Amino acid sequence: MKVADHAQRADIFNQDEKRVDWHDETLWWIRQKRDKIAHQIPQWEELREAASSIKAHTLSNLHNYLIEFEKHAEQNGIKIHWAADAKEHNQIVHQLLQKNNINQLVKSKSMLTEECHLNEYLQEQGIDVIDSDLGERIVQLAKEPPSHIVLPCIHKTKEEIGELFHEHLGTPKGNSDPQLLTEAARIHLRDTFLTRKAALTGVNFAIAETGEIVICTNEGNADMGAHLADIHIASMGIEKIIPKREHLAVFLRLLARSATGQPITTYSSHFSKPRAGTEIHIILVDNGRTRQLGREDFRSSLKCIRCGACMNTCPVYRRSGGHSYHNAVAGPIGSILAPNLDMKDFADLPFASTLCGSCTNVCPVKIDIHEQLYKWRQVLVKEGHVDPKKAIAMQVMAKTLASPTLYHLAGKAARITLKYAPFVVNNKFNAWYLQREMPEVPKSSFGEWYQQNRKDS
Amino acid sequence: MMSREQILHAVKMNQPEELALPNLDSFFENQTQGDIAEFTSVLQGIGALVLQVRNHQEMINTLKAQFKIGEVRVVSPLESLREIAEPFIGDDPHQLANAELVILPSHFAVAENGACWLSDALCSERVLPFITQHLVLTVNKEDIVPTMHEAYARIGKADYGFGTFIAGPSKTADIAQSLVLGAHGPRSLIVFII
Repeated sequence: MKVADHAQRADIFNQDEKRVDWHDETLWWIRQKRDKIAHQIPQWEELREAASSIKAHTLSNLHNYLIEFEKHAEQNGIKIHWAADAKEHNQIVHQLLQKNNINQLVKSKSMLTEECHLNEYLQEQGIDVIDSDLGERIVQLAKEPPSHIVLPCIHKTKEEIGELFHEHLGTPKGNSDPQLLTEAARIHLRDTFLTRKAALTGVNFAIAETGEIVICTNEGNADMGAHLADIHIASMGIEKIIPKREHLAVFLRLLARSATGQPITTYSSHFSKPRAGTEIHIILVDNGRTRQLGREDFRSSLKCIRCGACMNTCPVYRRSGGHSYHNAVAGPIGSILAPNLDMKDFADLPFASTLCGSCTNVCPVKIDIHEQLYKWRQVLVKEGHVDPKKAIAMQVMAKTLASPTLYHLAGKAARITLKYAPFVVNNKFNAWYLQREMPEVPKSSFGEWYQQNRKDS
Repeated sequence: MMSREQILHAVKMNQPEELALPNLDSFFENQTQGDIAEFTSVLQGIGALVLQVRNHQEMINTLKAQFKIGEVRVVSPLESLREIAEPFIGDDPHQLANAELVILPSHFAVAENGACWLSDALCSERVLPFITQHLVLTVNKEDIVPTMHEAYARIGKADYGFGTFIAGPSKTADIAQSLVLGAHGPRSLIVFII
C-alpha cells in the first residue's frame, strides 16, 4: 500500500488551525532569534563560507580522513565499527549489548538511530530503550517519531504533554506547567541514568586529527548517560568527520546560533578516551551516504550539521509539521536527503516546497537546498516516480505553452468558462479553490488588448 | 571488516577532486584577552550568575551565604576549599548521586559565548559537573579569550581523555518552547572570576 504523501499528511495537521498557527509563529520566532544573534557577529558570512569550504574539502578527501580518524581513535583506546547500512548498525549495537549481558539502554539524541529505526529493532530483541532528551522522551511516550531534529515535540501542546505525563509519570491530572513537567521528567530520567550500564549517543563532530568526538546538548543528557555507563556507544554517519580540532571553532560558533539563537549549547563535550574500566565504541555508518557522495548535484547535502535552521524558516514546514515528511529528518534538508534513501517512497518530498530559497539563505554550511529540491524534481520525473496525473498535466501544459495557437485557444476557453460556468472549476473537487477565490475575469487577454490598442494609437 | 573495505572503496570512487582547505587566520581577534564585561553579560543572558571576587576566601564567604554548607554534600578537588568542600576519592561515579554543590576550576573561558573549558586534567571524575544539583566554576580574569578561535588555539594539541565547554546551567525548552533551567544537569551555575 502506498504511504500517505506530504500533502495528505499536511491536510491532517492543518485540521487544527490553532495548532498550525502556534507552530508557524513559534518556529518563526526561533528563526528571528537566529537572525538576531547571527547579526551580532560581523564575520557571520565569512564563517558560513569557511564552514562550507571545510566540509567541501573534507568530502573531497573523506577516504583518507576516515582512515586517519579510525587510527587516532583506536590509539586512544576507542573501538571503531563500520556499518554499511541501517541493519548492520542495529546488529552491531545489539551484539555489543548482548556480549555484556545488558538489556537496558539509555539514549541521547541521534537522528541517525531514527533513520536506522534502532529503537524498534532493539525492542524486538527484548532490549528496553529509554530516550533521555526531554523532547524525545515525550514523543517516545506518545509512540510517535520526532517531528523536528532539534525540537522533537514542537508539534505537541503543553496540555497534551501534561496528559502524557499524568498517564506515564503520575503528574497531577490537568497540570501542564512546563516547570513541573520538566521536574517530573528530571526525576524519572535521573533514576534511568543511575541504573543503565550502556549509553548510546549521537555525534555532532568527529575529528580526524585527534580521533575524538564532540557531542552538543543543552540538557546534559548525553553526558549523564555516557559518564555513568560502562559502555558508551556513539553512532555517526561517515559525513560527520572534520579534519582538525581548530575547525570546531567555526562549527561551534555556527551550530547553536543557527539552531536556536543561543551563543553555544550548554555543553560541548569532547570524548577522546574511555574512562578507566569502561569502553567507548563508535559506529561509522554509510547507509546511502557514499551513494549521495557520488551524486554531483546532491553531494553537498552531506555538509549538513543538523541545526534545523532550514525547517524553522521554511513556510511549508512551519505550516505542515514535521510528521508530514514521513522521514527521520523533515523539512527542506530532509527532502533532499530522503530521495537518496528511497526515490519511490520519498518522491513527494522535493515537491513540498515553494522553492523560495529561504532555507539556502540561513544554512550555516551554505547548502544550495532549494536548488537541489528543484533538481530532485527533475530526476524523479525522469525516473518515473511522480504521480502520472501530474506528469500528464505537465505535458499538456508544456504543449500548450509551446504553441501560440493552443495558448490563445486555452486562454479564451478559460475566460469563457470562468465567466459563464465558474462552477465547472470552482467546486469542492478542485483543491485550488479550497482556500482561494480567483480574481475577476478580464474581458480579453493582454495579447488581444495590445493588438486593439496599438492599432488605435 | 567487509563493510569497512566496502565503505572506504565506495568513498574513494565517489569523492570528487580534492578541494582546498580554507585559512582561518582572519577570524582571530587582534587582542588575546577577552572582554570581562562581554563574558559576564552573555553568560548572565543564558541563565548563570557571574561574580567577581579577589580570592578563594571571598568566594567561600559568598557560597556560605548562598548554600546550606554543612548540611549538604559539597565536592571539590580544590585544596583551598577544604573548609567547605570534600574531595571525591571514590572509584564509582554513581557515588556522586547526592552531590548538591560541586566547585571546579576551569582552564579558561570564552567571552563571545560565556563558555568555560575544563578537561579531565582539572576534573578527574567526568560526571562531576553534570550530576551535581548546583555547579560553581572558577576562572582567572586573565584567562578569558575573545572567541572560539582563540579558545582552540589555547587548547592546541592538549592530550585529554575528556574535555567540555560549559555555558550556563542545564536547560530545556522542549515543552511548548518554555525555557526551564535544570534539565538533567545542574539547576544553577555560578562562575567566579578571580
